[in-house]
Amino acid sequence: MKEFNTDKLPKKQILSMQIDLSQFEAATDEEKTQHEKMRESTTFFKDGMRRLFKNPLAVISIIVLMILVATIVIVPEIYPYSYSQMIEVNGKRDKTAKNLAPFEYSKNELKAIEQGQEIFPHIFGTDELCRDYFIRVVYGTRVSLIVGLFASLIVLVIGLLYGSIAGYCGGKVDLVMMRIVDIIYSLPDTLMVILLSVVLNQVIGTALQGTFIARIGTNMVSLFAVFGLLYWVSMARLVRGQILSIKNNEYVLAARAIGTKPSRIIAKHILPNCMSVIFISVALQIPSAIFTESFLSFIGLGVQAPMPSLGSLANAARGGMQAYPHKMVFPALFICLIVLSFNLLGDGLRDAFDPKLRR
Amino acid sequence: MSEHLLEVRDLKQHFPISTGWFQKTPLKAVDGVSFTIDKGETLGLVGESGCGKTTVGRTILHLYKPTAGEVIYNGTQITPANIGKFRRDMQIVFQDPYSSLNPRMTVSDIIGEPLDVHKLYSSKKERDEKIAHLLNLVGLNSDHARRYAHEFSGGQRQRIGIARALAVEPKFIVCDEPVSALDVSIQAQIINTFEDLQKKLGIAYLFIAHDLLVVQHISHRIAVMYLGRIVEIGESSEIIANPMHPYTQSLISAIPIPDPDTARVKKRIPLEGDVPSPLKMPSGCPFRPRCRYATDICAKECPSLKEAAPGHQIACHNPHF
Repeated sequence: MKEFNTDKLPKKQILSMQIDLSQFEAATDEEKTQHEKMRESTTFFKDGMRRLFKNPLAVISIIVLMILVATIVIVPEIYPYSYSQMIEVNGKRDKTAKNLAPFEYSKNELKAIEQGQEIFPHIFGTDELCRDYFIRVVYGTRVSLIVGLFASLIVLVIGLLYGSIAGYCGGKVDLVMMRIVDIIYSLPDTLMVILLSVVLNQVIGTALQGTFIARIGTNMVSLFAVFGLLYWVSMARLVRGQILSIKNNEYVLAARAIGTKPSRIIAKHILPNCMSVIFISVALQIPSAIFTESFLSFIGLGVQAPMPSLGSLANAARGGMQAYPHKMVFPALFICLIVLSFNLLGDGLRDAFDPKLRR
Repeated sequence: MSEHLLEVRDLKQHFPISTGWFQKTPLKAVDGVSFTIDKGETLGLVGESGCGKTTVGRTILHLYKPTAGEVIYNGTQITPANIGKFRRDMQIVFQDPYSSLNPRMTVSDIIGEPLDVHKLYSSKKERDEKIAHLLNLVGLNSDHARRYAHEFSGGQRQRIGIARALAVEPKFIVCDEPVSALDVSIQAQIINTFEDLQKKLGIAYLFIAHDLLVVQHISHRIAVMYLGRIVEIGESSEIIANPMHPYTQSLISAIPIPDPDTARVKKRIPLEGDVPSPLKMPSGCPFRPRCRYATDICAKECPSLKEAAPGHQIACHNPHF
């Protein structure tokens, strides 16, 4: 560091603009180190999360989803009624508890209450087989959410593998793989879903008899298979497009010059850079999977009775819609809540992690 | 010929460009380039935009599969099959410091990647030490290792790119316009860094640039490219003082001179016309349509590199001195 001797400087003229150095003070060592403090390094992820939590709609949907998940985990453990059993009073099946309105008690239950027994209210009433409707809706939500999450996961894994191979290899491999995608894409998917789930139900049903998977229900398994076979195509296209655009970046070329293997290049360089787009599309895939599951259950191809799903509950309620509208309203409300929350969360994620897409 | 570190023989790189339905025309980005680089030497490669400089550099490293020609490193020919062995000896520094660093990786991961790939360390501690050493070598603070690339300025990013290339202790680095994206003061720093590293580690460079002053400063020898061919190659001082190819003469005359008195006296040799499209190359010498000295033979035959003076080769039928 050069020391300035202020005495040796030329004297300041009155009209001169020269800075008068004698008025400056040398910084102490402590003051110098103050400027060396390094800013905490923020990652892309932290930055995105910060933006996500600034979005009120996304935060509300996260809270709603957390409440829903807590409900479907906790309620079946502590709730006194079961989703598949008729309501019992004093160990006897209560056949008067048919189609009760929310918070209504059956005749037998009212008698028992008069005798001093405490009976847990039927929050959503009961169905035509005298089963508590609230626990059925909770189970239905559970099924719908699981189907949605797993189906999206299957779609993600298949689409990611397929798309990254097609995108990275390029050329003829890409051409052939993408034409296969185009073929699957061009099939009318509703029709295919119905046909596949009918066929798979029979094929898988006999193959899985006696195994533990059969307990989940062959319908459920065939549902996953349908998603796995049909819905990965859009994900594969998305991943391929992302990889094509990132592949030509110079850092990928640099990694190749280093001698990095293609698998490592995909895993370390390409996928982390398109992860945000992929996660957003997964978040938006979940509600569409839930919708499809509900739709399949509604037309009777979904999960097996007595296991309820929101779609099959809505279907069952169709018959008595005018007499018991609440039986239609509750499952429909839950479907709306789930789908809306995931959609809003997906939008929030997109805005937070992919600012380029925002308009 | 095996005393050269790197020898490039008649390297060609043609990219197929579709020019219509089911019709492909080769774009001759590099069309028969030959040169040698010795140990610890810098060969400057100059030429205007689109003349194939970058492609030469990338093809040498087999980042593009060469259409024809040989690249011989230390007496062994490099093929796509054995390029893996040479990844430790040859590296590249890219032009754009903004796109050449992965935005999702910390500096220590970027520099550590070559170490990981070639397993150049035995413990996590040794890896950290090597990264810190590399950062210091290129003039960065070892505390920077935990940061992400976007937190740095262009010059610092370029240093990170250099550190990444140095991590495998290469003998030869392709510097693909490493300073043209930087402003002048940073350019000087980076060039000094390159020179220091050459003195310390004895690395040979293929220094690609379009700034003649920069190339003149750093290179031992200079090669001038025009439309995918080398038109003149020779000692750096010789090329600058005594250019023989009309294209080089025009290039040299365009170097700005910081002294106004000399600049006034100096004659600029302007070039007429545009660079022809590499898809429709002129017959014979590619420079013919713009050349002041063009004769009949230039349209018929493409000149090959010939020794015009000791260590000074040009590709011209009518060299003017």
